[in-house]
Amino acid sequence: MRPLPRTVSVTALSCLALLYVPLVAVAVLSFNKTRLGTAWGGFTTGWYERLLSNTTVLTAAKNSLIVACVSTLVATVIGTLLAIGLRRLPLGRRGRLLGEMATTLPTVTPDVLLAAALVVSYGLFRTVSSVFDPGLVTLIIGHITFQISFVAVVVGSRLAAIGTDQIEAARDLYASTGLLWRRVLLPQLAPGIVAGGLLAFTLSLDDFVVSFFVSGPSSTTLPILIYASVKRGVTPEIHALSTLIVAATMLTILGIALLDRRNPRSSRP
Amino acid sequence: MRIIDGKPTTRLKQWITGLALAGTGMLWLVCFLAGPLAAIGALAFAQRGDYGELIWQFTTDNFWRMLGYTSFGWTPDHLWIIARSIILAGVTTVLCLLLGFPLAFWVAARSPSWRTLLLALVMLPTCVNLVIRTYAWQLILGANAPPSWIAAWCGFIDPGGSLYPSSGAVYLGMISAMLPFAALPLYTSVERLDWSLVEAARDLYAGRWATFRHGILPQVMPGLVAATILTAIPSLGMFVVSDLLGGAKYMLIGNLIQQQFGAASDWPFGAMLGLSLIIATLASLAVLIRWGQQEGAR
Repeated sequence: MRPLPRTVSVTALSCLALLYVPLVAVAVLSFNKTRLGTAWGGFTTGWYERLLSNTTVLTAAKNSLIVACVSTLVATVIGTLLAIGLRRLPLGRRGRLLGEMATTLPTVTPDVLLAAALVVSYGLFRTVSSVFDPGLVTLIIGHITFQISFVAVVVGSRLAAIGTDQIEAARDLYASTGLLWRRVLLPQLAPGIVAGGLLAFTLSLDDFVVSFFVSGPSSTTLPILIYASVKRGVTPEIHALSTLIVAATMLTILGIALLDRRNPRSSRP
Repeated sequence: MRIIDGKPTTRLKQWITGLALAGTGMLWLVCFLAGPLAAIGALAFAQRGDYGELIWQFTTDNFWRMLGYTSFGWTPDHLWIIARSIILAGVTTVLCLLLGFPLAFWVAARSPSWRTLLLALVMLPTCVNLVIRTYAWQLILGANAPPSWIAAWCGFIDPGGSLYPSSGAVYLGMISAMLPFAALPLYTSVERLDWSLVEAARDLYAGRWATFRHGILPQVMPGLVAATILTAIPSLGMFVVSDLLGGAKYMLIGNLIQQQFGAASDWPFGAMLGLSLIIATLASLAVLIRWGQQEGAR
């Protein structure tokens, strides 16, 4: 490849700056002594210490984790079964395409619409049961709704990749359905299921739009807490919280990447 | 009698096992997504009572209201919001492509191990919560930070003023949110680029632009289309960035929809806006995919 014009390199480096300057700014200000504004008043780690005794933040963190864990567990099971079941249905070529489109549709629907759809459905179901009043349950149901599709898409592509040879071989050797699932199907699908589950988990932790529409006052998650603080006037404590979240996100991604590299057989969906 | 997965079965049995497995997921998506989306389509033509309750009676009022007709006469407010959303999505997409191309070429010019690292560096910020990435711009563009001092010194803003809220701040926020999604598909195309065609164009005395237009552009078309889709569609429904960086006056269709389903509690009007957004999304998707097919066929 020929050497690039200097303008290309300069633009590319500016792009990287555009992506990272905001994150660095928040991290720097989280160590700033000044309470209001962005003027530098000296180095402190006090905001991080105060974070640990802030019950609102701790409750939001707990809510975020509960919602992410429960919704990921449910969505991974439902999404995996959806992917497997869809392939079992005796559909024609067009029917199969339609089924695939229906599963992928939620992944491309704008967040706002997804959230609006949930608000409408909760409004209708609320006349039947008070479970659908805004709270942790509605939050979990909402997250599961968008997670299912992502899991189904990831597991579905893994399912297509492994083919049916080994399953047929197992059948020929008189494997029962239970044995087939435990010893052949699920072990082969495992990388896809894990990848789909991890994706679902990060999507849940990261979600703001859907949570913003369907959460109640008692079910604040971290992204909503940050948003509300920003609206009221942000404090260095929120910078500290955000920095911790950014660091945790990056470490998680880094961890996944390292695991992926150590495992040469892993195939990306 | 047919044999599927090495086991004799009938069509009926296939339906039963398939539905038994996929049933929960399908039912879930119907209850919480497909059904409500259909309900939104119907709600768009329903009425709202005086206390926010729904009246299932056919009306096209919501449509006319979206176009600006109210009981007090015509105002362009809603049309402005829709136009602003479309322009923002369009301009954001073009700017992201313009920045994404150099970024893609730059990454593709490194050695393979550097490429992986740099690509990860480009994509990593998308994993960080958008609310955090957006409010960070408030800090950078605020009154006490260098960008505002420079802008004030140049006379763009009043001394002591800040660069946000403003439409410029919204564009900056949008670009930094969307750029990775434009850069990734562009990179996958650029990486596979056949440079001999570029050399050939050079040998035939093509200028810089002609080389790009005929030597590079046709080759990266699939990436360009994918980048456009991944940037334009989420931009159309965006509301976090405009909400945090644009101030109260900078409304997009996403903000308007959020208001109707939130504080204003006017579902029928919100549904009409949502329906329009769905139609706009699907229409632009269809146009972009067809455009990609045509260019690819050339």
